[in-house]
Amino acid sequence: MADFLTELRRALPRLAEGLLVTVEATVLGAALALLLAYTLGLLSRSARRPVRGAARVVVEFFRGTSLYVQLFWLFFALPMVGFRLEPLACAVLALGLNFGAYGSEVVRGAVAAVPRAQTEAAVALGMGPVLRLRRVVLPQAHALMVAPFKNLLIQLLKATPLLSLVTVPDLTFQIDQLRSATGSTAASYLLLLGLYFGMAVVLSLLMNALERAAKARLSDQVGSGSGGRRRGSRGGGGSQGGAMASDDNAARRGAGRREPDMIRKTGPEARPGQERTV
Amino acid sequence: MWDGEAAWAALPVVLEGFGVTLVATVLAFAVAMVLGLALALVQRAGPRWLALPLRGAAGFVRSTPLLVQLFAAWVLVPGLDAPTLGVLVLGVHYATYLSEVYRTGIDSVPRAQWEACTALSLPRRRVWRAVVLPQAVRNVLPPLGNYAVSMFKETPLLSVITVREMVHEANTFGSTHFAYLESFTLAAAVFLLASWPTSVLIRRLEARLAH
Repeated sequence: MADFLTELRRALPRLAEGLLVTVEATVLGAALALLLAYTLGLLSRSARRPVRGAARVVVEFFRGTSLYVQLFWLFFALPMVGFRLEPLACAVLALGLNFGAYGSEVVRGAVAAVPRAQTEAAVALGMGPVLRLRRVVLPQAHALMVAPFKNLLIQLLKATPLLSLVTVPDLTFQIDQLRSATGSTAASYLLLLGLYFGMAVVLSLLMNALERAAKARLSDQVGSGSGGRRRGSRGGGGSQGGAMASDDNAARRGAGRREPDMIRKTGPEARPGQERTV
Repeated sequence: MWDGEAAWAALPVVLEGFGVTLVATVLAFAVAMVLGLALALVQRAGPRWLALPLRGAAGFVRSTPLLVQLFAAWVLVPGLDAPTLGVLVLGVHYATYLSEVYRTGIDSVPRAQWEACTALSLPRRRVWRAVVLPQAVRNVLPPLGNYAVSMFKETPLLSVITVREMVHEANTFGSTHFAYLESFTLAAAVFLLASWPTSVLIRRLEARLAH
């Protein structure tokens, strides 16, 4: 154990480098996934059938073929067609494409869960399609998206040890080096699992803060009364509308715990346990 | 570029790997269903001294990577062959997901059902087995199915502990015949052909259960 600690101290700079690579892949992969999620999610709600169809095909393709196959395809097969990507680029691309496809379903579901009347009211006010989306539909959809996006982000983080399989010197790779140098298998892997757990907790807290911010912004803009009505209209039983409006304020004061559950239940496609609709 | 002959030669190899993938998925999902239910029940109705540590452990397993868990189990647990170990680790990992699914299912059973059971003074065991669980499980069939498909697509991870599943076979074929393009494209096609119809079926089931 003492040996392990001295080796660990010596290996610390390399571990930090590995951690940086893992974080880099997570951030870049998530950024690409977010971009794709919005693009594909909004396109699959397009009024034009061919556009909608094409978006659906892309989404089903990247959800249906496993992330591992996608990564290995980019890493091993693509060079045979004449394109060679950096290993890290392969990984970021695979993560982005796969999780972007899953995320597009979140975007689609959340946008669909915003009541139609909101769009109709915006049309009545003479707003164009872009303004409607930007100022009316998306701010409401955002609040519904954060919780399922949190799940996807943590899934993405948990997929990053794959980097080590395509020769990227990430955290898993560096700790594996430490393991073979010290022979302390249990300690090394426990450390790795602990580090991943820590990262998951940090991401989780970050996303919770984001969710609170998205909701606070919403109720600041529309006022808690209409916020309550928005949910009441979907949450079954109209009699709950009034109660929810007051809950909204309680939640903003920091109770916070109840609100995500209520919000999540509003959209048929955003229920817990179904974030990874396959 | 695309070599039809190599693809033809790779097909039986990939399909044989697919057989292993399928068996591993079915077995691991069976483990996950049973263990997940046990986890959910202990957390819901078990003694606190057992429920609290189990919840912590499940949270830890749920938020750490499956790949690392496989590596760790592979070197730390002696005496189990790779396929058995792979199925167990995959099963335990997914059990922590499924326990949450079961939990939402149990929560979705109306309170009146519990009250009716109390009124009839049904024994506790009977309440769970005959009233609550049948309804709870029925309510969560679609998410359970989604997790099965998701697990199916994660089985390639078993290749890191030398289980000869589809991606492992595709990789081996690719390196020996220098035909990665053909073998991995075939593997991708098989995944798509197997998982897409299943998810369409699940969506239909979901629509039917919705009312």
